[in-house]
Amino acid sequence: MSNQPIIQVRDVAKYYGDEPALAGVSLDIMAGEFFSLLGPSGCGKTTLLRMISGFDVPDRGSISIDGVDMAGVPPNRRPTNMVFQSYAIFPHLSVAQNVAYGLKRLRLGRVETKRRVEEALALVALEGYGGRQPHELSGGQRQRVALARALVMQPKVLLLDEPMSALDKKLREQMQTELRRLQRAVGITFVLVTHDQEEALLMSDRIAVMFNGSIAQLDSPEGMYRRPVSRQVASFIGMMNFLRADIASIDPSGATVNIEALGSALLPGVSVGKPGSATIGIRPEMLTMLYGDHATAERVFRGKIVDTEYYGDLTLYQVRIDDTATVVTVSMRNTAGRPILQAGDRTRIGWGAESLVLLDPLESAK
Amino acid sequence: MDQSQRAPGGLIFYALVYLLFLYAPILLLPLFAFNDSAVIALPLSGFTLRWFDVLWDTTALHAALYNSLIIAATTSVLSTCLGILAARAAARYPIPGKRGIVGFIMVPLVLPEVIVGISLLVVLIQLGMSLSLWTVIMGHVLVCTPFSVAILGAAFNNMDASLEEASMDLGESALGTFRRIILPLAAPGILASMLVAFTISFDEFIIAFFLTGTDATLPVYIWSQLRFPARLPGMMALGFLMVLMSFALLLTAEYLRRRSSRLISGDEAEGASLFFDAASGMR
Amino acid sequence: MQAGRTVTRAVAVPMARDWRGLLLISPTLVYALTMLAAPLALLIIMSLWTQDVIEIRRTISLDNYRQVFTEPLYRVLMARSLLIAGVVTLVTVLLAYPIAYFVAFYGGKRRGMWLLLITIPFWTSYLVRIFLWKVILGYNGVLNSGLLGLGLIDQPLTFILYNANAVVITLAHAWAPFAILPLYVSLSRIDHSLLEAARDLGDGPVRRFLRITLPLSMPGLIAAVLIVFIPTVGDYVTPRLLGGTDGLMIANMIEVQFGKANNAPLGAALATSAMLIVASVALLFLWLNQRSLRRVG
Repeated sequence: MSNQPIIQVRDVAKYYGDEPALAGVSLDIMAGEFFSLLGPSGCGKTTLLRMISGFDVPDRGSISIDGVDMAGVPPNRRPTNMVFQSYAIFPHLSVAQNVAYGLKRLRLGRVETKRRVEEALALVALEGYGGRQPHELSGGQRQRVALARALVMQPKVLLLDEPMSALDKKLREQMQTELRRLQRAVGITFVLVTHDQEEALLMSDRIAVMFNGSIAQLDSPEGMYRRPVSRQVASFIGMMNFLRADIASIDPSGATVNIEALGSALLPGVSVGKPGSATIGIRPEMLTMLYGDHATAERVFRGKIVDTEYYGDLTLYQVRIDDTATVVTVSMRNTAGRPILQAGDRTRIGWGAESLVLLDPLESAK
Repeated sequence: MDQSQRAPGGLIFYALVYLLFLYAPILLLPLFAFNDSAVIALPLSGFTLRWFDVLWDTTALHAALYNSLIIAATTSVLSTCLGILAARAAARYPIPGKRGIVGFIMVPLVLPEVIVGISLLVVLIQLGMSLSLWTVIMGHVLVCTPFSVAILGAAFNNMDASLEEASMDLGESALGTFRRIILPLAAPGILASMLVAFTISFDEFIIAFFLTGTDATLPVYIWSQLRFPARLPGMMALGFLMVLMSFALLLTAEYLRRRSSRLISGDEAEGASLFFDAASGMR
Repeated sequence: MQAGRTVTRAVAVPMARDWRGLLLISPTLVYALTMLAAPLALLIIMSLWTQDVIEIRRTISLDNYRQVFTEPLYRVLMARSLLIAGVVTLVTVLLAYPIAYFVAFYGGKRRGMWLLLITIPFWTSYLVRIFLWKVILGYNGVLNSGLLGLGLIDQPLTFILYNANAVVITLAHAWAPFAILPLYVSLSRIDHSLLEAARDLGDGPVRRFLRITLPLSMPGLIAAVLIVFIPTVGDYVTPRLLGGTDGLMIANMIEVQFGKANNAPLGAALATSAMLIVASVALLFLWLNQRSLRRVG
């Protein structure tokens, strides 16, 4: 990965009637990175991908790839290749003919074409499959053919439109790791469109979360998970407890907030926002159930378990904080020797101010 | 009610009787075609091939056959070309007033053929054009095009749009994409459309009856012979041969259509047929 | 956002503008316009001209229409055409419904084969097929010989040839696939779980049919009725071959006016009137049907 942007999107907008599919999006995608566009269906992520590939034209704004403005450049002249959601394997051509499809126009000669096709098939672990017909392939194999067919063109950017949505869970997980490894091996910039937050977290160097045609947050997977900027992002990625709070003061050491049911806390390093009401988020796994009377933590509250959800490797507890109506979700791994508590049991929960997230600091609270 | 459940016995019986009703005339055809009697009536009186010899010796019939073949072949090519254009346009592009336009193209499917025939005749007379094989072709292309549009529409609609996008994405031009992707995938549908149009045109009577000049087509010739009882056994033999030809053409077309849908969408496309495509196209 | 396999997506090619589709469809459209719309327009214009002994007078008058709607001969033919077409439609659709139902619900893997079997006779040898009904229904025909041979009748039946009955039987046969296919299309789209739900809620087979299957197959039923009715009104060959004098229909008279009677304008007026009447009957039918649907819904 370098710090050189390979794709520069500047104020790109697209309207269907009065509805904006994209409302002025700007972003840079760096050379060699695995970049994901993540969001619910209808958020504009596919539209943006199709604009990069040239299948859709922006109403406003510009897109340049490797320093060249792409306005007016049709898809067949762009240095990008795409893996389609349906894979779009040409049904009347063999696997090798599919992979060689784009090479034909380059007039490389028979030997060189054959060598490149075999190389590409080896890259996706499909050696010896060249003679197969598409209808003989499984879903995972079709995806590999689609990948080989795009990669053989040696694109500057590989675009992937929901490539995992046609696969079952097990195969999907396997292909996610494999795709990540493949990207590192070839070093080509990958741009992935997905609605699956786990997939985005697992595979990407950076993620842009999109809602309603705009980018809500652009961050690394860890930054996205640990420091979501808004309630919307926080609830789209993973689980989050939301608590009402008042920002009492903001000074260079951080923000002092009064949180419902938890009391006052200093959020170190928080300097944006202004005094007034706000929302505080804390992930369920950042709340620790304290087993035994002597266990302790930076901060502790007591509560009663009102419900449990057992997932095998972990259990989610709904805990009502004593003397309040506030119920929070606590996630505990079911490690060796750790008891699984039942509804009605009393418990103590430990937490720390550093795991609190101030959400929507610039918005006045509702 | 799943697919494997058996139909009530009464319904199966009804279906078989109905099939017998549908096939009754066609099943009688070979009986009289090979019957050694100049009268078309029961009881049968013996086996003969002489009615086929009669056909072989009738030169007027050969001229009519030749005319019909020329008309049917030309019609099948022209209506399939018009069908490709319309079906492709309707399947892929936004067209203002698409429903109305496609609906209008499909109108000859339900319009009585007498109306099509006389209205074209009126124009030809007013323009002072003489009737010929070409005037018959004009009418036949009009009535065959809706069938071509329906059959090809099914082929184009089932084609995943991202196949074309993938081709463009891999560097191919629009023309190259048409040649390397769309045409090969649509080829069975195109052949099926040609076969069906050929069959319809070859068999069509009314329009040919109005628009033919001195050159009779085969159905027009048959019509002229039905008045003469002595010619009827020969017509039975001719009808029998025509039925055999139609069966062969249509079964080939159906085979091609199935191959096409298997190729394009990967499934066997069971429960559909040529006519199913046509019927869906009407809606 | 595009869904999985959006085969109906309209814009697949970059920079597609509306005119590209229009350009592509225009040869077919122009052909239909010049070969169908223009001739129909001329037919209507011609219906306003009058035929003199030798030549056509091109002054606008409604004389032909007055004849069409006042002379008993034309009125009888028109009424008979509508009546026969109505009966044919009723018979054809009623006979076809169980077949469409059978193939759609019990066809299983053989649906394709059944549809092929049903449609093949339709494509083959129209004239000969209709002529053979004459052979079947005639005085010495297959049906009478068979019934006499079995001793079921003493005298050949005579009410089934050279009259409207023969026309109805033959046309019901000729139009069968046209009725079956739209019915099949709408019946095969019915989700089987709807019927299971109705059964679960306590409906027996008859109620299930009346409350679920029949209403949901209504679009196919309407299509079948119109597709059979409209062309049947204008049928020419069947009444000529099997109708005798009592079974002739309006199309035969139109042909006579253009041929032997040498009065093309009157023929044009007959054709135009027939089209207008058929169109209004079809629209009335659609309107009545919509009204009844709204009442039920």
